[in-house]
Parts: sequence; structure tokens; C-alpha cells
Amino acid sequence: MIEVSDIYKSFGENEVLKGISAQFEPGKISLIIGGSGSGKSTLLKCMVGLHQPDSGKVIYDGTEFTRLSFEERIPIRKEIGMLFQNSALFDSMTVEQNIIFSLEMFTDMSKSEKIDRANFCLERVDLAGKNDLYPSELSGGMKKRVGIARAITMTPKYLFCDEPNSGLDPQTSILIDELIKDITEEFNTTTIVVTHDMNSVMGIGDYILFLYQGKKAWEGSNKEIAHTDIQELNDFVFASPFMKVVKKSL
Amino acid sequence: MFFTDFGKYLLLIKAVFKKPEKWRIYWKEIFLSMDNIGVGSLSLVAIISTFIGAVMTMQIAFQLVSDLIPSSIIGQINRDSSILELSPTITALVLAGKVGSSISSQIGSMRVSEQIDALEIMGINAPGYLILPKVIAGITMVPLLVIISIFLAIFGGLAGGALSGAVTPADYIMGITGDFNGYTVSVAMVKAFVFGFVITSISAYQGFYVRGGSLEVGQASTKSVVISCITILACDYIITALML
Repeated sequence: MIEVSDIYKSFGENEVLKGISAQFEPGKISLIIGGSGSGKSTLLKCMVGLHQPDSGKVIYDGTEFTRLSFEERIPIRKEIGMLFQNSALFDSMTVEQNIIFSLEMFTDMSKSEKIDRANFCLERVDLAGKNDLYPSELSGGMKKRVGIARAITMTPKYLFCDEPNSGLDPQTSILIDELIKDITEEFNTTTIVVTHDMNSVMGIGDYILFLYQGKKAWEGSNKEIAHTDIQELNDFVFASPFMKVVKKSL
Repeated sequence: MFFTDFGKYLLLIKAVFKKPEKWRIYWKEIFLSMDNIGVGSLSLVAIISTFIGAVMTMQIAFQLVSDLIPSSIIGQINRDSSILELSPTITALVLAGKVGSSISSQIGSMRVSEQIDALEIMGINAPGYLILPKVIAGITMVPLLVIISIFLAIFGGLAGGALSGAVTPADYIMGITGDFNGYTVSVAMVKAFVFGFVITSISAYQGFYVRGGSLEVGQASTKSVVISCITILACDYIITALML
């Protein structure tokens, strides 16, 4: 379980997070949603240690992550998998090298064991046989899937996804969502997804945290989200013409 | 501003020299960087050094128009100038442009595309993994390039002198072999070592802390070349003042 408690974060004069607290359960997909500039990605980066919060705590299964030094964080970081918005694959490495990179750094596995693991991860994301391609040879959706394969290489306990559907067509988005759902169930990971995508909200959101202007404005499940009377949340969720039609049918 | 940047630079250098996670991976990166910095810059350094040696010889000959001065002195001046100043400094300035901008833009692109964030989340010491191999390659390959540059500048002087008729090969060879002080080579090697560190660490620093997009990566690359060149010239003065 991951717990964030009273997180504050500012960049200069701009106060981005204003006392966010939440709990994220294992085996469930937790979505952080909100408009642009609401602090979603900043919260995610505070949770994984890319930003240091000005105050507040991030606790991984009882261990206060925010107090640890870089070296002390390494055991927890080995249990973290992250899918970045632009996949963040290493350009100079092939798909296979990207996937086995953390194994090479932190394990003493033999070459054949590492390749077997890479093949398993690639099969898991339906990209078997793409081992020798470079990131520049992949489509956006394939990059995301390689990103997921890289994230699950070390069998993570915690999986973070920063806008996994951005720039993808609706069908590929659904495939990515299903993949995240399957992996969460298979590995019992605590999965946290930052997204704008309403299909994801309705499809995979076991727990949803809505941020508005740096504050927690609402939390609940995807079954509850359509029936709230919070104006900001309704404005956000039902902004598109399609969602307005959906709302009328509810 | 200067002190903030300098403090950040020192903290980055401290992180660079932390114990590597796995030396085997680092060695691979070190050899790749050596190939990039050393072999990749060899032809450029060779062309520049040869021509500078040739031009130096002709200019020294032009200025020493006196029957009282033996023409062998042309070779001697060219040799000492090449060893002490021209080869280390010109090679370093050329490498600051070629290698420095490449390092800065490579690391900067990794920063803006979140590849450095990905390394950090994996628990890898990103400054160590990305910068240490380049610094080691810099402090080993720049001295080697400077040695090659010295030989080619002296050879260029021989060829330039002979072709232009400024000095005969016999006089030139007499000049470069007479009164040789080995200490000058030590000074050149100290300069090359320091310049190698300056070029790689400053450009890596500029790339590592880029914020924004491709425009900022380009700006960081330009800035790394400018700061490296100024630092090289300042270090050149300090080392010369201390050692000579």
C-alpha cells in the first residue's frame, strides 16, 4: 500500500500541491485525474521521488520514502515500475536491451535468463519477436507497450503510469488499459495512473482521486463518479460532447 | 547566480564519483565514450594540428629575418610552442566544440525525454552512469590526442617549412632535436588532463540540468561550448603560471 499524507509542493511562487492525502491499495488501479495544471504529474513525481515535497510524507508499506537518502531508496525503487508519458525508452538501446537494463544493473542473472525474462515481458505485452528493434522504429502504441514491458521486468510491487493513453487512438488506449488491469491483477501491484482519459476512468478506475487547483476535490470509485454533485468534477468528467450524451443516459 | 551554478556543479561531480552499481556496465560505456571522444575526433585534430604546425613555421621564419639567428631555431620554437601551448589548447578548444556540444545535447535530450527520470526511478545513479564514463574517456583520450597533435604539429612544421622554403628539413630537424626539455611535455599532459575533465564535466552539467524542450537543449549545448572554452583558457593561464 502507498500512503501520501499532507503533501505540499511549490515551484517558486507557484504552489502546485496544497495538502494532498490519499491511500492507494494493492491489487487495485488508482487513477489521479484533474485538469491541466491541477498537480497530477507533480503528485506522481513526489510519490516516486523525482520531486521532493516541501512537506508531507510518502509511505510505502510502512516505510517513509520521503525521509530516505538516494541509497536508502534503492530497495524500494527496485520494486517500482513506471510507464512515462512519452515512454522514455533509451534511444541508444534496442527493445531487448531496454527491458533487461535493470536486470543487468541489479541482478546476477545469466545472459540466457535475462533474455528469457525479456521474451516473457515482450510476450506479456504482445510484442514477441520485436527484441532487436530500436525505439525509433516503433509506433507510439508499441513504445508504450515496451515501456510497460520494461516496467514489469523486475516484477514490481508498485506500478506508476503517467498518462499512458496520451497520443494514442481509442482502440490502442483500451488495449493499454486492459494491459495495465491484467498486470495489476497478475502481480497484485499497487497501480497508480495519472490520466485525462475518460474511457480509463470508466473502465479501470477502482479508486479515483480528483485534484482541482492542487487540492483533493473528490475521491471515490468509477461507479460513484457519475453521481456526484461536485461542480468541478462534473465539468471535468462531462466536458466532451460524447460524455454529455452518456450523462443524459445515466 | 555563479555561486549557485558552481555549487550545483560540485554536487553533480560528487554524485558522478559515487561507487558504480556494476563496473562491467560502466566499462562498456567508458569504451564507447573513448571511441567517440578519441577515435571520433582524431581526423579533425590531425588536420588542424598539421596545418597549425605548418603555418607556425612559416610565420616564425617570416619574423626571424636576421643573419644572426640560425634557422634551426624555427624548429625549436615551433616544437616548444606546440608542446606547451598550441597542441593542448587548440585541441581542447576544438574538442569543446565537437565533443562538448555532443555530450551536452545527448544528455540534455535524455533529460527532456524523461530518460534520466527513468534511470533514477530504476534506482540507478544517473550522474554516475551517464557522466562518469565520459569524464574518464575525456581525461584519458584528450592527453592521447594532444600527444598525437604535438607530433603532427611538429611534422606539419617540417612539411610546411620544406614546401614553402622557409626552412630546410635539415635545419628544422636540428632545431626540434636540440635542447629538448622533457618537463614541457609534463606541462602539456597536465593541461590535457585538466582540459579533458573541464570539457566533459561542464558540458555534461549543462545537459544534465536542462529544463524545457529542444530549444533549451540547443541553448545548453551552445552555453556548454562557451563556458568550456573560457574555463579552458583560464585553466591554461593558471597551469602555466604554476608550472613554468
